[in-house]
Amino acid sequence: MTDTVVAQQTPSPEAPKPERRQSWWKSDSAEPVRRNLGLVGVLVVLVIIGIVTRPELYGDATWVRNNIFTILQQASAIGVVTVGMTFVIIGGGIDLSVGAIIAVAGVWSTTLATQSYGAGGMIFTAIVVGVAVGLINGVLISYGRLVPFIATLAMMVAARGLAAQISGKQTQVSTNSTINGIATTKILGIPLLVIILGLVVAAGWVLLNRTTFGRRTVAIGGNPEAARLAGINVKLHTVFLYALSGLCCGIAALMLTSQATSAQAAMANLYELDAIAAAIIGGTLLSGGRGTIIGALFGVLVFSTITNLFAINNLSTEVQNMVKGGIIVAAVLVQQFRYKSLSNLLGRKTS
Amino acid sequence: MTNLNRRRVLFGGAAVGAGALLSACTSNTPAENTQVNTNQDTEANPNAAPGQKVIIGFSAPAADHGWIAAITNNAKAQAQAYSDVEFRSVEAGADAAAQRAALSTLIAQKPNVIVLLPHDGKELNAAGLQAMQAGIPVVNLDRAFPDPKAYRLQIKGDNFGMGVAAGTYIGEQLKAKGVAKPIIGEIPGIDSLELTQERSAGFKQALATFGFTVANRRPAEFTADSGQRAASDLLQALPKMDAVWNHDDDQGIGVLAAVNQANRKEFFMVGGAGSKAAIDAITADNSVLKATVTYSPSMASSAISLARLIGQGKGMSDLVELQVPKEITLASETITKENAAKYAKLGF
Repeated sequence: MTDTVVAQQTPSPEAPKPERRQSWWKSDSAEPVRRNLGLVGVLVVLVIIGIVTRPELYGDATWVRNNIFTILQQASAIGVVTVGMTFVIIGGGIDLSVGAIIAVAGVWSTTLATQSYGAGGMIFTAIVVGVAVGLINGVLISYGRLVPFIATLAMMVAARGLAAQISGKQTQVSTNSTINGIATTKILGIPLLVIILGLVVAAGWVLLNRTTFGRRTVAIGGNPEAARLAGINVKLHTVFLYALSGLCCGIAALMLTSQATSAQAAMANLYELDAIAAAIIGGTLLSGGRGTIIGALFGVLVFSTITNLFAINNLSTEVQNMVKGGIIVAAVLVQQFRYKSLSNLLGRKTS
Repeated sequence: MTNLNRRRVLFGGAAVGAGALLSACTSNTPAENTQVNTNQDTEANPNAAPGQKVIIGFSAPAADHGWIAAITNNAKAQAQAYSDVEFRSVEAGADAAAQRAALSTLIAQKPNVIVLLPHDGKELNAAGLQAMQAGIPVVNLDRAFPDPKAYRLQIKGDNFGMGVAAGTYIGEQLKAKGVAKPIIGEIPGIDSLELTQERSAGFKQALATFGFTVANRRPAEFTADSGQRAASDLLQALPKMDAVWNHDDDQGIGVLAAVNQANRKEFFMVGGAGSKAAIDAITADNSVLKATVTYSPSMASSAISLARLIGQGKGMSDLVELQVPKEITLASETITKENAAKYAKLGF
C-alpha cells in the first residue's frame, strides 16, 4: 500500500541508526529533539528569572508545586486546542476559527435546555458541536475549494455570531456540579485538567507518529499532489483534520466552562492566535509537512510560564505581549537559521 | 467500497440524529430582568400622566456583555411602560462606522428624541451634532460626547467614582480590622479602555488616603474565562492577600470560580457594576464577595424617561427648573449585605 512509501520518505527518529552518536545528533531526524531541548532551555531560563526576582516565593515548596499546577492548568485548554491546530497546520491548512468554535460549543452546552440533561448532555453537546463545526470547515475547504484561511475566517465570524445569538449576549452560568467540578478535582494530587491535557497530548502524539493517519497528514502537508498520486484521499483526510481540530475545541470548551463556571459568546478570545503561535514556536512549519506535538506543548508552556512570571512580578500585560511577540519572531528566526545551516551541511556532505 | 458506503450511512444517520437532538438544546429563555420605574401615581407625579406622543429613537452597540444587553433591555422595557412613547431601535452594528450609518437612517425617520449609547463618544460626536442640527434632541448615554453642542442631555455613570467607592470601602474595612500593611489586589477589565483607567485612578487615590497601595494588578477582558485566568495569576502572585477589587461582576463569575478552585478564603472581595448574581452572592454571604460598587444599567431606563420629558417639553417635577438638566452623573453606590435587599431589583 501507499503507506509504506510514505513511511520510507519520512523516517522515524529510530529508523536510521548511524554509526557515530554525534552524527545522529546533527541529522535531520534529531531536529525536533534539539528544538524541544531549546524550548526546555527557555523554560529553565524563565524559572531562573522567577527564582531570582521572587526568591521568597520560590523558597516555599508548597507554593512551587501549586505554581507548577497553576501554570499547567492555565495551559490546559489552550494546549488541547494547540494539539488540533498542529494537526491542521502539518496537513497544510490553518484554522482561524478555534476560538469561535470554543465559544459556540461552550455556549451551546450551557443553555438552560442543555443543562437540564445533566453533565452527560453538556459533554455530548460540546463535543458534537465542536466536531460538527470542524466538519463544516473541512467540507468547505475540501469540496467547496475555499482557501483554509478564508473558510475558517468566515467561520470565526459566523460562529461567534451564532454563539451570541444562542446566549442572547449574556454570560451563561453553569450550575452543573459535575462540569464545574472538573476544574477542582485532583487525582493523586494532579489536577484533572492537567491529566486531560496529558491524555490529549499523548493521543495526539500517537496519532501523528504511530498511525497511518499521522503519516498521511505529514504527506499531505508536505506535497498534496504527491500524496494524491500515492493514493491518499486528500480531500476526505483534510475534512478529518478540521473535524479533529473541532473535537479539540469541544474538549477545550468544556475545560474552560468548568474553569470559569460559565460560558459566553466572547470566551476564548484570540485563542486562534495563541494556538498558532504555540505551534509555530514548537517547530511546526506554517506551510505544512513538518511539526511535532511535544514541541507545540512546550510552546504553550513557554507562553503560560511567561504570563505567570509577569504576574508574580506585577509587570504590565503590555510588556508581556511585546515579549511574547519577540519570542515568536526569535523562534522562527532560529528555525530558519538552523534549517539553512543544516541543509548546507548536508549538501556539502553529499557533494 | 460498499463497506465505506455503509459506514457513511451510519455516520450520516448518527449526524442527523445528533443534529435533531442538539437543535432542541438552543432554547434558552432565562427570566427577563429589567428595571422599570415610571412612578405611575399621577397625583404625586403629574409627569406620569399620558401626554403628547413621543417617538424615541434608540441606538446602542451590539451587546457582547451582560451590561450592554441590560442597557438595551431596560430601554425597551421602560419605553413599553409608557402609553405615549413609541420606541424605534436601530442595531448599531459592530463598530463606530456601522453605528454612524445606522444613525443617519434614524435621523431620516425624524424621531422626536434620540437616545444614544455610542461605541465611542469621541468617534460618534459628529453624529450627535448632526442630529442636534436636524432639530432632534440627543440624550447621550454613558459614553460622553466631548462637544456640549452634540447633546441635549448627558446621563452617565461615574467610573472614577466607582474606583473611589471601592477603594473607600476596602480602606475602611481594613482600617476597622486594624491591618497595618495590607496586601491589596486589583483585577480591572480591558486595560486599554479609558473607563478602566478612570476606575483604576479612582481606586488608587481612595486607597492613598488610607496610606494603602495596590500590590498587584492583573487585567482581564470583561469575560468570565479571562477573569478566571487573571484571578488565578493574581492568587499565585499574592500567596497572602487582604482584599481585592474586581472591576466587573460579569468577569467576577470567573474570578470567584478561581478563588474557589484555589481554595482561598483569607481575603474579601469587592465587585463592580452590580449584577444580580453578585448581589445574590453578597446577600447569601457565603463567598469572599462582600460588596459591589454600582455602575447600573438602570441609567438606560432613566434616559428613556428623561427623553420622554424632553420630547414633551416638561421638566423633572421635583426640581424647580422647567426643563430637564443638561448633565446627570449617577453616583456609584456601595452594595453590602446590609442594603443588598434594596438593590436586588436593580441587579442585571
